[in-house]
Amino acid sequence: MSENKTVRFIITRQDTMNSAPYEEEFVLPYRPNMNVISALMEIQRNPVNAKGEKTTPVAWDSNCLEEVCGACSMVVNGKPRQACTALIDKLEQPVRLAPMSTFPVVRDLQIDRERMFDSMKRIKAWIPIDGTYELGPGPRMPERKRQWAYELSKCMTCGVCLEACPNVNSKSDFIGPAFISLVRLFNAHPTGSMNRDERLNALMGDGGLQDCGNSQNCVQACPKGIPLTTSIAAMNRAATVQSFRNFFGSDHQVD
Amino acid sequence: MADNREFFYRRLHSLLGVIPVGLFLTQHLVVNHFATKGEEAFNRAAGVMEGLPFRYLLETFVIFLPLLFHAIYGLYIAFTAKNNIGRFGHFRNVMFFLQRVSGVITLVFIAWHVWETRIQAALGAEVDFQMMADVFSNPLMVGFYIVGVISTVFHFANGLWSFSVSWGLTISPRSQRIMTYVTMVVFVALSVVGVRAILAFV
Repeated sequence: MSENKTVRFIITRQDTMNSAPYEEEFVLPYRPNMNVISALMEIQRNPVNAKGEKTTPVAWDSNCLEEVCGACSMVVNGKPRQACTALIDKLEQPVRLAPMSTFPVVRDLQIDRERMFDSMKRIKAWIPIDGTYELGPGPRMPERKRQWAYELSKCMTCGVCLEACPNVNSKSDFIGPAFISLVRLFNAHPTGSMNRDERLNALMGDGGLQDCGNSQNCVQACPKGIPLTTSIAAMNRAATVQSFRNFFGSDHQVD
Repeated sequence: MADNREFFYRRLHSLLGVIPVGLFLTQHLVVNHFATKGEEAFNRAAGVMEGLPFRYLLETFVIFLPLLFHAIYGLYIAFTAKNNIGRFGHFRNVMFFLQRVSGVITLVFIAWHVWETRIQAALGAEVDFQMMADVFSNPLMVGFYIVGVISTVFHFANGLWSFSVSWGLTISPRSQRIMTYVTMVVFVALSVVGVRAILAFV
């Protein structure tokens, strides 16, 4: 019985970065427990579309196949998510695949996520510990705070929150929810907080957290369940205080 | 400040929407509500507002300039969004969309309303109960004003919610949910005040 079962795919394809997108349909034999990635691998092995014509294999990005690397994000049936955890058994057919349009398309489902790595550099998403001499151990982080911060650290820069956000688009410079939450993560770290004003000021620059319009799509879409909107509101409060400190002057830039 | 200009404008936009524009809106609706007590009560209340000292100063700095900034910068904000309620239909995203739609409706309504009342007053017309009663002799205008007032009040009430998030007053999901209830009560209450006043002229 299952030998005759098939799965239909409608894939939005694009041959080069600047060419026009088009749709191509594929019909694959059903296999139990298949996911979108294994389906794409099947197309790669046998690149024949639904009309029986030989075509080019569909290009996509993926890496870990267990939803921790963030590389295989794409729009599956209208929702941005990871292809590796998109199980065919749980998807409505035909399965529609499209690249996340917030990012430049490299080819087919493959996108250029560079802007997110630039954003991480901009907000200084790291903890500076290098010096010209041994600095010794940093301050201890309370265990319960570490557990709380761990939830924020699950961000894998997958870009789903940027795709879901109505304010991240070609008309705006908004960096997106993930990076606001990352500032909260690094500013919560006892050593990281020694540079908290630098991250906050970077976050308050053009295209920063003020561009959030509170649609709260990000927290709904985040595959890791990160409390993004709580982070945004918390950073709004920190930015309010920081802006007063910047304007009036303060003895408390980092404490 | 130089590279934080956008931050400053956005926060100013958020602040001005509540203080003074939101406060003025509330006061305006309350004064209008005197119309439910009859022509004389309304004319007396409106007369008090008209007779306030430093009237032009108050009008300029409490109403016109803040309102103009909020309206023009708000239009820019509204048109930089790429709405996606089709893909994400949950409550807050719908409110995000409605905030932008109601903002544009409100801008059209207020522009018309200012032309019809304050600018006519500057051109020599008498602003009183009779003026509004004449406006509302046209049932289409009654409909337009009811839509306009409800849209304005919604924009204000929902704006209070985003104000409290933007300034970091409500952070936790629970506090934001409670603020949703509070602002929706504000929306219903002010809508009743506003619509009752309109119907009093009909």
